[in-house]
Amino acid sequence: MGTIQRNMSLTGDASDHLNTLQKIGTIIGFGGLAIIVLSLFNNFENNGLWLTISLLAIASGIILYARGLYMDKLQGIKNHGVWFKSISSRGFLGWIAGILLTGFYIILYFFAELLGLGQGVDGSNTGIVGLFDPLSRLLSGNPASQWFVYGTLYTVAILAFGIKFLMKYKHNRYEQLRTLSVMFFQTAFAFVIPELMARLNSDTFSLPYNDLKLMWPLNYYAFEQWRVDQFINAQTIGLFFLILAILIVFVVSPFLTYKYGKRWYCSWVCGCGGLAETAGDSFRQLSDKSMSAWKLERWMINAVLVFSVVMTVATISTYLGYDPNKYWFTKNVFLTSVAVFLTAVFAGVAYWKRKELKKDALTGAIGFYALTIGFIVLIAFIDLSQIKIDAANLSFGLNTKVYAGDAALRSFYAFGIGSIFSGVIGTGFYPILGNRVWCRMGCPMAGILGIQQRLFSKFRITTNGGQCISCGNCSTYCEQGIDVRAYAQKGENIVRSSCVGCGVCSAVCPRGVLKLENGPLEGRIDANQVLLGNDVDLMDLVNNKN
Amino acid sequence: MEHIIIIGNGISGVTVARHIRKLSDKKITIVSAETDYFFSRTALMYVYMGHMKFEHTQPYESWFWEKNNITLKKGFVKHIETATKTLEFAEGDSLKYDKLIIATGSKPNKFGWPGQDLKGVSGLYHKQDLENVEQYAPNNKVCKRAVIVGGGLIGIELAEMLSSRGIPVTFLVREKSFWNGVLPDGESGMINRHIKNHHIDLRLGFNLKEIKSDENGQVSSIIITETGEEIPCNYVGLTAGVSPNIDFIKTSDIELGRGVKVNRFLETSVEDVYAIGDCAEQRDGGIDQRRPIEAVWYTGRMMGETLAQTICGNRIQYKPGHWFNSAKFLDIEYQTYGWVFAKPRENEAHFHWKHEDDTKCITVCYDTTTNLFLGINTFGIRMRHEVFDRWLTEQKDVNYVMDHLAEANFDPEFFKHFEKDILNAFKNNLITA
Repeated sequence: MGTIQRNMSLTGDASDHLNTLQKIGTIIGFGGLAIIVLSLFNNFENNGLWLTISLLAIASGIILYARGLYMDKLQGIKNHGVWFKSISSRGFLGWIAGILLTGFYIILYFFAELLGLGQGVDGSNTGIVGLFDPLSRLLSGNPASQWFVYGTLYTVAILAFGIKFLMKYKHNRYEQLRTLSVMFFQTAFAFVIPELMARLNSDTFSLPYNDLKLMWPLNYYAFEQWRVDQFINAQTIGLFFLILAILIVFVVSPFLTYKYGKRWYCSWVCGCGGLAETAGDSFRQLSDKSMSAWKLERWMINAVLVFSVVMTVATISTYLGYDPNKYWFTKNVFLTSVAVFLTAVFAGVAYWKRKELKKDALTGAIGFYALTIGFIVLIAFIDLSQIKIDAANLSFGLNTKVYAGDAALRSFYAFGIGSIFSGVIGTGFYPILGNRVWCRMGCPMAGILGIQQRLFSKFRITTNGGQCISCGNCSTYCEQGIDVRAYAQKGENIVRSSCVGCGVCSAVCPRGVLKLENGPLEGRIDANQVLLGNDVDLMDLVNNKN
Repeated sequence: MEHIIIIGNGISGVTVARHIRKLSDKKITIVSAETDYFFSRTALMYVYMGHMKFEHTQPYESWFWEKNNITLKKGFVKHIETATKTLEFAEGDSLKYDKLIIATGSKPNKFGWPGQDLKGVSGLYHKQDLENVEQYAPNNKVCKRAVIVGGGLIGIELAEMLSSRGIPVTFLVREKSFWNGVLPDGESGMINRHIKNHHIDLRLGFNLKEIKSDENGQVSSIIITETGEEIPCNYVGLTAGVSPNIDFIKTSDIELGRGVKVNRFLETSVEDVYAIGDCAEQRDGGIDQRRPIEAVWYTGRMMGETLAQTICGNRIQYKPGHWFNSAKFLDIEYQTYGWVFAKPRENEAHFHWKHEDDTKCITVCYDTTTNLFLGINTFGIRMRHEVFDRWLTEQKDVNYVMDHLAEANFDPEFFKHFEKDILNAFKNNLITA
């Protein structure tokens, strides 16, 4: 039997065809981007006007394109041609987009002066940053920074691609509400409110830029000295925010995760998640579903979590150590309480959840626990701030500063995890590695929420009896690289720490097999070898034996 | 060590192999002429539509087979010599088995239409069929129009596939309404309208007379029996059902009917030879109200689960539970639990509810003398298999089912619920009936 090997992406041209509205959208959108790029070379007379035109053009370009894409389609799943289109199948356009995005992040993080930051008279902004000055002054009263530029574009992307997503999933209220939620939290909590609150700052009163929903450890600088000091110095209102931040991490988040799974944060609230679910939606199918990727994920995300805990503990204990009278805590009380807390959590899990932990998970947990406690003991006996680290030795001479030990940890974390992993790789590589590679492999917040979700949550994705036909749509469109089908075809619920509850597996399932649910803890994980629909005696015989 | 050979690497063959492996360390070989690895046949359409790549239709990574010590052999069996327990391959080699499981599935029906073997004519069953569609209907420049003959589950999938690439589709359906031999009128009518809303040229009540060829032996048009109308086209999809893929067994002494004849234990007429899945035919007629040949994914899997027990020493009958099935008609999902026939049979009644948006409906079948709930068809509303399976076992009456319909809802969170509307309609229906 002859087999014809044809590259379908070369022949399926119906899906790569742009209609008139899509073409208009493309022109307008890229026109808006072009204004931003042009501002690098030419200081406009009226930045406010040009910025308005540019942002409106970008947003309306995206929306017009989406309208062209979906307007004459009936309600339903819109994945025609996903694997034929160059942009969404790691084709030429995908690689170009990946390179441009990565380049943008590198400039943003490390060469902001190229964007015009502080390049004008008396340190005023020129170029792109200068273009954004009027909007920044309007909101916070201050000139823009590269972070303001980034925050604005980020918000515009979530809003415009969010509208595209709403059009795509107009038949699915779960997807609609979830998307409206991330659009709201990004615009209000991450962008407008903190900018407006900056207006309250004066010579005698100042609060740090505070995105309330950005929790530690995703917000890895949440408890750095300058922030904590600012909060404490701002008295009642500052203490309120500081205590709120701690309560969110230790009370609110565990409670919501228990009730609804980590999705309450990762796909309803989080800004990284928000961008991934909107601008990144076209790349969700690119996540790696192999067993080896899963193994890598489990080591990597937990290693980052340990790193973030150690780094934070080191930071806090250092300033508690050299400024013992300023805070309620002393260094040793703090370190002891952290160690006791972690030990209690670990012992509790190892005892009560021992049946749910497979051998490799337990081994990993013991290893990571021992590593964390080891570092805490180390920190107790040495004063990190007295250690000097010459960064030149570690950075091939690129960074010539000398850091104190705790600052070195912070800087290395901020560089390696905060900038390179979450930004350059996490977002820049959307078109190559998929839209959630940071959330899956690197986010320490997702790591904590994931452990909670796996062990202490009512959330699961239910498999509908024996209805699975193993088609693979669920696995293909899982942005977290979960092989959903592997569970569904065994009639097993999906209870995975990495699941962010985006609901797309359920949406794309052609047979109505998957449903995101919160239910009782009992029977949450249940593999069936013989599926519902077969001989009742056989089902009993085989399923109960395991 | 006992050598089990399975011919066919579809859902039936792979399920039986996996379960034998769980229960024993017997030597297992799976033979296939179609593909190297197991793939989900039902997902072929998504490859053509660009939702997935072919690799995505393979439920197991390639290391799975070696890890579980299951040997995969690519080859076409041309003869089974049961006396010496030998398989002879078209490639010239042979293999000895101790037990043989035939799980070769189906092939598309061809009813002797003139031109049915022309280039550009195919069914949609095997991977090779997909390659055919890809070759003759890659886009709307090469394929100006496609005609699909036969209005069943595969026909509508093929129509959706072709129109996803912007190819105009004419869909010839013999029945007066789509899949009306299975679906009650209300449902079938709703699907007719949905097909037309997708700009598919649905022709109800028409038959194919012949397929005409161009000078290269390739399809150029078809002729409709009833009207004599000639429709120019570059691809013809034959989707008038499937039949057991058993031609290669005809030279053996295994008893065949339309399929491989098996008893309730899935044993054929020859000792140590078994048949499961689409190619097996129950010799005593269908089980319960089922057909003797069940060409359904789920039943293939269930036969595999069952036969593994017998092969491994626990000889048991194939005793499927309550009937269930599912499909998707373009954008509308369909599930069925229990029995709902196209027309109510004696002492049966149907309650039909349809949403005003014309994409959701249900039909409930019950016994008019006992009020016993017999089955439900649901379109556009997902329902729980487990709940209906339990209600059928507990023999709930139809009033109970209608009152508790919300328990069975399986739609995603925040979806609009219709149980109240349905219940009200049901009550009104009883009053007016």
